[in-house]
Amino acid sequence: MAFSKTTTKEGRLAPRHSMSDTNILLCITILVFLVMYAAAMIFLGSGFLKPQTFFNILNENAALIILSCGMSIVMITGGIDISVGTMTALISMSCAVHLDYQGGSVASAAGLALLIGVLFGLVQGYIIAYLEIQPFIVTLAGMFFAKGMTTIVNSTQFNVEHEGFQALKATRIYVPGMGSVNKLGKYVPAYVEIGVIVAVLVVILLFVFLRWSKLGRAFYAVGGNRQSANMLGINVRRTRFLAHFLCSVLAGIGGFVYFLHVGSGSPSHASGAEMNAIASSIIGGTMLTGGVGNIVGTFFGVLSLSTIKNIVSSLGLDEAWWTNITVAAMICLFLLIQSVVLIRKNKSSK
Amino acid sequence: MSSVKTSLKEKKGLKGTLLGLVRQQIFIPIAALLLLVLFNLIVDPSFFAISLSENSAGDPVLSGYLITILDNASELAILAIGMTLVTAASGGQDISVGATIAIAGSVVLRVLCGTNSRPETLQAPIIVAFLVCCVVAMLFGAFNGVLVAYFKIQPMVATLILYTAGRSIAAWINNNELPIISEPSFGYFGNFIPGIPVPTPVFIAIACMVVIALALKFTNLGLYSQSVGINPHSSRLNGIDPAFIKFITYVILGLCVAVAGFIKVSRFSTINYSVVAKDIEMDAILAVALGGNALSGGKFNMGASILGAYVIQFLTTTLFKFNVDSSALPAYKAVVVILLVVLSAPVAREKLSNFWKKLAPAKAAKEAN
Repeated sequence: MAFSKTTTKEGRLAPRHSMSDTNILLCITILVFLVMYAAAMIFLGSGFLKPQTFFNILNENAALIILSCGMSIVMITGGIDISVGTMTALISMSCAVHLDYQGGSVASAAGLALLIGVLFGLVQGYIIAYLEIQPFIVTLAGMFFAKGMTTIVNSTQFNVEHEGFQALKATRIYVPGMGSVNKLGKYVPAYVEIGVIVAVLVVILLFVFLRWSKLGRAFYAVGGNRQSANMLGINVRRTRFLAHFLCSVLAGIGGFVYFLHVGSGSPSHASGAEMNAIASSIIGGTMLTGGVGNIVGTFFGVLSLSTIKNIVSSLGLDEAWWTNITVAAMICLFLLIQSVVLIRKNKSSK
Repeated sequence: MSSVKTSLKEKKGLKGTLLGLVRQQIFIPIAALLLLVLFNLIVDPSFFAISLSENSAGDPVLSGYLITILDNASELAILAIGMTLVTAASGGQDISVGATIAIAGSVVLRVLCGTNSRPETLQAPIIVAFLVCCVVAMLFGAFNGVLVAYFKIQPMVATLILYTAGRSIAAWINNNELPIISEPSFGYFGNFIPGIPVPTPVFIAIACMVVIALALKFTNLGLYSQSVGINPHSSRLNGIDPAFIKFITYVILGLCVAVAGFIKVSRFSTINYSVVAKDIEMDAILAVALGGNALSGGKFNMGASILGAYVIQFLTTTLFKFNVDSSALPAYKAVVVILLVVLSAPVAREKLSNFWKKLAPAKAAKEAN
């Protein structure tokens, strides 16, 4: 759509002839992910050729995908939310205590997770949007609060033994047509967990929402330039409130998905998840300055991040420091690509 | 800002001066500090007791909660200096300081210990180790600075790289070993010098403050970094190179990190890569915010930031005194922080004053009756 020289009904030229920032960055991300995965298939072989390896990446990162989607929305409006990681820990712990010590059901645990998300969203969103305090400081306080609350709820790690929850956790959804033959010559179909279905649904819904809904476009407008968005008649405060609210609600959903995957509560759960979410969003082409970003890019950002981790560990560099250094190098590379692309583009357009 | 000042001059009398005090930037950390002091005075005045006792080496040392606060806040105060400059010039924050402290500390130990992780004697003079650590930390600061200033990447994102990799690099420098230094003279910098009853970090922090105060007074550092933070384009037109100023603030922060890292390893004569200075970047940013500085850059007040650092340590020590579990501490801290920040926000103040105005006529009506 970007290249076609079309005229609108009124006879004016369509405004866009070159690719927008969002599309360039999205293309780079998807390309890098595909190249990386293909290289891993060719050079590392065995493990990466199995479809299950790919689906395991999804299984492990379903929660991170949801958290990153929320982060992207906030970043598109020009804000930041660093409370999502410790919120995930708080939700896991609260749900675990609720299920095992208070005799709750799975549905009420999910409701509790959502409630925590909504409460955080209301308070943080109100303070950020209506009292005009920097998002970084407000969510920093949110992060501290969630971290402290987690140990107040329960200070030690424990596994959940609730039966209904265990059944839900063990549910596998087999992917038709995908599978591999194991060492015994038996065909093993590939599977995903419930969390992945939720994550994919969230990605699709948010993609449609950001692309075609009025509020979705308002997010981009507010992030791009707050004053002009205001002059266009967009309620900037309400939009920013909703962005932060949505991010926290998604953190609530993501927290429950995370809980469903690990099946335990611990104060050290999901530590650093907020930074992983920010990194994924950046790799996916979302810019912290606001106005630029794409949910599909974020999705591929998470996949790239975890693929590189898998590659590093299958190269035999098992020490934790190698993973961190490679991930940092990757973020650095993407930032430099983005920076160079945008600087060149700005020069050519002038 | 100037309009506020002129309007203040017009208003005379006690009310005017009070209002002027409240509008001063440094009022926020001072008020917070006074509140904490008042709270401690009411609940338990023994909080302020300072006694002279002997430590395990048999030297006289001062002890008491106040000394603990002054001692433990040293690193944070030093970091707050660099963070204020970075915030003012680049309009963003460096979140990698905790990780670079780990690197700086690791470098100190590496130079002092050589390849042996349990040396009998030091392999190099302490001053050499300190200088090497300064150079390395400034190089890492320069790395952040280049990304922010020349590649125009948002500071928080650019420093996310070292935030992720820093502790791993620190572990890699020492081959993932944890060297321990048995030489007692190395511990002087983080604890006490024999014969002097005040902890050494306090002196180091004061020295840093004096240096930065002199630098702000006699160089254009403060003026240039503020003008770059307020408007890079117009400072460019005035002959200032915005990229270089941003870059130099990150190098200065690197130096602050080196000093803080040196104190940190000297305290314990060893290092734990994953725990040392954990979350200190958040506290340093908080100190800047509590000082009433805009996190989006521009004007800053160095004294207020440093005071902010001491307020944070005061709060932490107060909470510890009331037997708050160290892992539950952040929750209480968050509540206090959010209250302070909300109360000091201009919008919230306006809403409050409107609320008072609404109350006032009701009061007057009551009195008339």
